[in-house]
Amino acid sequence: MSTVFEWEKPLVELEDKIKELRTFITDQGIDFSQELTELEHKAERLRKEIYEKLTPWQQVMMARHPKRPTTDDYVKLVFDDFIELHGDRTYRDDQAIIGGIGVFEGEPVTIIGPQKGRDTKENIARNFGLPHPEGYRKALRLMKQAERFHRPIIALIDVVGAYPGIEAEQRGQGLVIAECIEQMSFLKVPIICIITGEGGSGGALAIGVGDRILMFEHAWYSVISPEMCANILWKDSSRASEAASLLKLTPTYLLQFGIIDDVITEPLGGAHRDHNAMGLQLKAFLRRYLTEIRKIPIDELVAQRLNRFRQIGQFQERALPNLEKDGD
Amino acid sequence: MLRVFRSKPKYVTVRSSAQQQPSKIDDDQPERAKKEVPDNLWARCEKCSTLIYNKEMEKTKHVCANCGYHFRIPALERLRFICDEDTYKPFTPLVATNPLGFPGYESKLEQTRINTRLDDAIVIGTTRIHGYATVLGIIDFSFFGGSMGSVVGEQLTRGFEYGIKHRLPVIVFSGGGGGARMQEGIFSLMQMAKTAQAVGKFKEAGLFYISILTHPTMGGIYASFSSLGDIILAEPNALIGFAGPRIVEETTRQKLPADFQTSEYALHNGMLDRIVTRGDMKDVIGKLLSYHLR
Ligand SMILES: [Zn+2]
Repeated sequence: MSTVFEWEKPLVELEDKIKELRTFITDQGIDFSQELTELEHKAERLRKEIYEKLTPWQQVMMARHPKRPTTDDYVKLVFDDFIELHGDRTYRDDQAIIGGIGVFEGEPVTIIGPQKGRDTKENIARNFGLPHPEGYRKALRLMKQAERFHRPIIALIDVVGAYPGIEAEQRGQGLVIAECIEQMSFLKVPIICIITGEGGSGGALAIGVGDRILMFEHAWYSVISPEMCANILWKDSSRASEAASLLKLTPTYLLQFGIIDDVITEPLGGAHRDHNAMGLQLKAFLRRYLTEIRKIPIDELVAQRLNRFRQIGQFQERALPNLEKDGD
Repeated sequence: MLRVFRSKPKYVTVRSSAQQQPSKIDDDQPERAKKEVPDNLWARCEKCSTLIYNKEMEKTKHVCANCGYHFRIPALERLRFICDEDTYKPFTPLVATNPLGFPGYESKLEQTRINTRLDDAIVIGTTRIHGYATVLGIIDFSFFGGSMGSVVGEQLTRGFEYGIKHRLPVIVFSGGGGGARMQEGIFSLMQMAKTAQAVGKFKEAGLFYISILTHPTMGGIYASFSSLGDIILAEPNALIGFAGPRIVEETTRQKLPADFQTSEYALHNGMLDRIVTRGDMKDVIGKLLSYHLR
């Protein structure tokens, strides 16, 4: 199965033509190299034209591309070793979030992240990567374990939101997310959060409090998904593309707002086009930022982390009284 | 001196039958707010349909004398029920800006400020309750569904910081916390972290925080400061949860339990310390404060 978005079609057609020409050249032994070079240049131009000017909604679609690497792909691509650890020690093992200890450049680190499936069967087992409270409890348990053994934490975030289910509510989805956010904020270990795909609301923020917050080029991060936003604004989720523009959920905006620290560029056309290149890129960014924050004394690092969030918000002091006052 | 404590409220809240069931109210539907009628009319209880004379409602703190249904009340009115007379001092008022340039947000803010006579969805300051000094914050549903944007996040954070500085407890009524202020996008989301961290620092300082959940406490408000109280209380029949019931129903295609996401449901599932009626609330708070004197 291959997913081709509408806006990619001219490019894909051109790429197919190039492939055909190549085969033709090999088979027939006729020299069409000039034509081939021309076509390749044209494809290159088209690729830039298309992928460097994606609309916010196209960005969201890219973040959801079915062939986009998932959390455990990055675990394999970036870390030398990984031992997965399961369960929240209270209720069950939520496979919508994975976690464990990996080795990054010779040093053990704790890795956590929501895990989407690659096919229907895996998606059902992993609940489409939508965590229940026990998933967040597992993540929190592993993060506290990391703190105990002074291991940095790497949170790979790709989640449209916490699961809106009856049992999830019954078992305290809101409470657990609050606890995750609070406790992660004070952990005395370096934390790097990376939004690799979707960053949807509290379900993402629950594992999104860190010392460096990075975001993939074709990822989105907002308080609400564009579909839900459109549903609220116009009672019409098919207008999600308009909502995506209003929400300013792309890395360019979020960098400007000071919400994230850096944007991790993707191979032209998106991470799904070249998993290995994407892995190398992620590795380079992790190396750089982990080295940077490891130098900071831990109490100072936690203070900086808290201060960062303390500063977020835009408001004004109101000069004139609004409530009626008595004459006295 | 604020007139809040002297004058009677001009309006009483009456919700239409469509809003009776907590399950019909969604955190994503902040505009499905109250309808106001002049106070010389009768109000109809949303649960048992009893007609109640509004003078009577004053005495019962907007609780149906017949069935105990708790009507939603404005934050300023709740102040009168909770604070010792003439002791409330508001913090410096803050107003929202439009960080995303969201179309229509400024004009809607302006209109809502006029309609509600509030600066934003929170009323916050210091007061005394049965003589005990405390910081008190109350969220008001009538302002953008009681959603948390930068102003609510900042005011609550200042509340906890004030508590640390002056060694005071903090009490927050998540009265109608509709969740996120969508128009502020990512800034709204980040207030969850900001307020949760403010609570964390407050607890580190060894101070006491009571979170009280009233109808409805949902979404980002439930999944941050309001779930982090040393003690978490709720009014009866409040809607409490993370995902809105409509979303849950649409996602799971399951029939929701009749008491789904009510205070009683949350208590049964171990998510609350106690359910406290509006009539008892001030005394219970006073008692809890007396056990935690610093
Ligand atoms: Zn009644």
